[in-house]
Amino acid sequence: MTTKAIRILIAKPGLDGHDRGAKVVALALRNAGFEVIYTGLHQTVEQIFDTALQEDVDVIGLSILSGAHLPIAEKLMAKLKHTDMNDKIVLIGGNIPERDIPSLKAIGVLGVFPTGSSFDEITAFIQTCMADK
Amino acid sequence: MSSKIRDVVLESGIQVKPVYNPEDVDPKNEIGQPGEFPFTRGIHPYMYRQRPFTMRQYAGFGAPHETNQRFKFLIENGQNALNVAFDLPTQMGLDSSDPLAEGEVGRVGMAVDTLADMEVAFTGIPLDQISVSLTINAVAAPIMAMYFVVAEKQGIPLAEVRGTAQNDILKEYIGRGAWIFPVEPAVRLIGDTIEFCASHAPKYYPVSVCGYHIRESGANPVQEIAYAYAIAKEYIKRGLGRGLGVDDFAGQISFNLDIFGNFFEQIAKFRAARRLWARIIRDEFGAKNPNTMMMKMIAGGGGGGLTIEQPENNIVRGAYYALISALSGTQTMALCSYDEAYTIPTEKAALISLRTMQMLIEEMGVGDTVDPLAGSYYVESLTNEIEARIVTEMKRVEDEWGGIVKAVSEGIVQGEVAHQAFAYEKGIQDGSIPKVGVNRYRMEEEKRDVALHTYNPDQAEDAIRRTAEVIARRDSSAVKAALEKVRAAAGSDQNLMPSLMEAVRAYATLGEITGVMKDVFGKFPEPVNL
Repeated sequence: MTTKAIRILIAKPGLDGHDRGAKVVALALRNAGFEVIYTGLHQTVEQIFDTALQEDVDVIGLSILSGAHLPIAEKLMAKLKHTDMNDKIVLIGGNIPERDIPSLKAIGVLGVFPTGSSFDEITAFIQTCMADK
Repeated sequence: MSSKIRDVVLESGIQVKPVYNPEDVDPKNEIGQPGEFPFTRGIHPYMYRQRPFTMRQYAGFGAPHETNQRFKFLIENGQNALNVAFDLPTQMGLDSSDPLAEGEVGRVGMAVDTLADMEVAFTGIPLDQISVSLTINAVAAPIMAMYFVVAEKQGIPLAEVRGTAQNDILKEYIGRGAWIFPVEPAVRLIGDTIEFCASHAPKYYPVSVCGYHIRESGANPVQEIAYAYAIAKEYIKRGLGRGLGVDDFAGQISFNLDIFGNFFEQIAKFRAARRLWARIIRDEFGAKNPNTMMMKMIAGGGGGGLTIEQPENNIVRGAYYALISALSGTQTMALCSYDEAYTIPTEKAALISLRTMQMLIEEMGVGDTVDPLAGSYYVESLTNEIEARIVTEMKRVEDEWGGIVKAVSEGIVQGEVAHQAFAYEKGIQDGSIPKVGVNRYRMEEEKRDVALHTYNPDQAEDAIRRTAEVIARRDSSAVKAALEKVRAAAGSDQNLMPSLMEAVRAYATLGEITGVMKDVFGKFPEPVNL
């Protein structure tokens, strides 16, 4: 049993500025006892990667509503793979069509939470993933 | 057998009584006559009896020629005003060829790199007759410059050009997030556009202050109006700072407000907002012209109220939103499409929205008499209560947060709205806020997959090629000289609009122009305040 709080980075990649979902999930996760860092808007994958490294997070949650989730996830997963950060749990939330979920999972995204997912679902998923590690 | 009377508390925190009576309406708070101060009942004496509300639908497709076709379709179908959506790179001042634009060109709206794109989009659209609304903020000044130059090329004098630019940067920092520059220079740009329009394009509405996005980001109806008014007051102060009189320009600042939530709370919100604005403009700014005191608004049936579950229910929600809007005395209505919770509105869905508004006026007789709810004990009581609460919230912005510019720069409003959004979402998830089809009367239904703006890489290639051709044809020394003038104006207290018009006339790209402004202004350091 560890007392160290789970650290989560909530990130907003790309040009889209709709951050209601990202902020709401960040607040929900903080309420659930996680340590949450929110990147703010208009982040490049490189910036998100650097923040994840500096903040030594366990989980990276990307919030994407623009439709560009596949290329963004591919870029981040490739970057993580080539470093010692490949143990990070990567989650994606936002406007994600059902049909894209298998492709996201195939490249190593562990959890996908389309708009409307419940806080409990996300929290439980992170706890299970961390327990399995 | 008696059952318990339900407690009802509105989003604004108002406790609703089961019955309202004459004594619930404070007689000191007069509503006046329609078309007269304080305009509670509407800004025109005969409202829709004389002219139905303007019906405006959002349109904008990746390529300028497609946007042009959709505009022509809408005009043929009886629409008299157009809203233009721009893609994200354009909203962020990036050219289609910019590496940061990759994957986004033409995705959520029209891609504009140069004046040539705007010329194509508005071919055959007379800009002195059709009122075009440009949904653009951080780079509103250069896009307005393009619009004015297109009008000039159509042979329309600037003094006759109609239209609206959203051009409300302060709300971008609160919701929607399409900001580039730090708050101070961004607000200065708005001052430049206000000053320019007041002197050269008096029929143009240079700013549309958006409570809409503030509400969609999580604010309650009282906060929506309070923050929008704090923002609008700031822009007015900037105009006054240019030596303009309040009556010279403040009447051309309009509002874009949201509709969803409790039916009567929404109606009261609009009536209260109109009366309060008239009081602010007359009593705080000393306006003399009644036109300046009129709060002009476009009310939009908010996407925030729609559900992906049982989406046909959204047609009914849309009709209620339109009814709220009509009973509130709005001048312009933009109704959401029932399918927009999961896809880009189809032509059919957009047409149903348009027909919904037409039915209200032409079949239902909703516009036959002005402000039909006036005198209702409940509506008048709510109107008074909401107005009082907006005043209190505005005082909080001023006294506790040090004004809207400081509150936005430091992320205070953003934090406030985010917490409100969180509370709302929790309420939806635990069922304490009822939502039919979501946490009430949920049904097993075919899973509806969200469809997104598809990305067509050809469109990006086309845009890049078009701009390359424009660049090859233009006089590069003229572009260079014009951009240096933009730089000089940005670094001084000169109005930027004349140099921006010169730059777009020379076919400088939006990315080049924004780049010069970024050199001078820098970038907004986003405060993350959760």
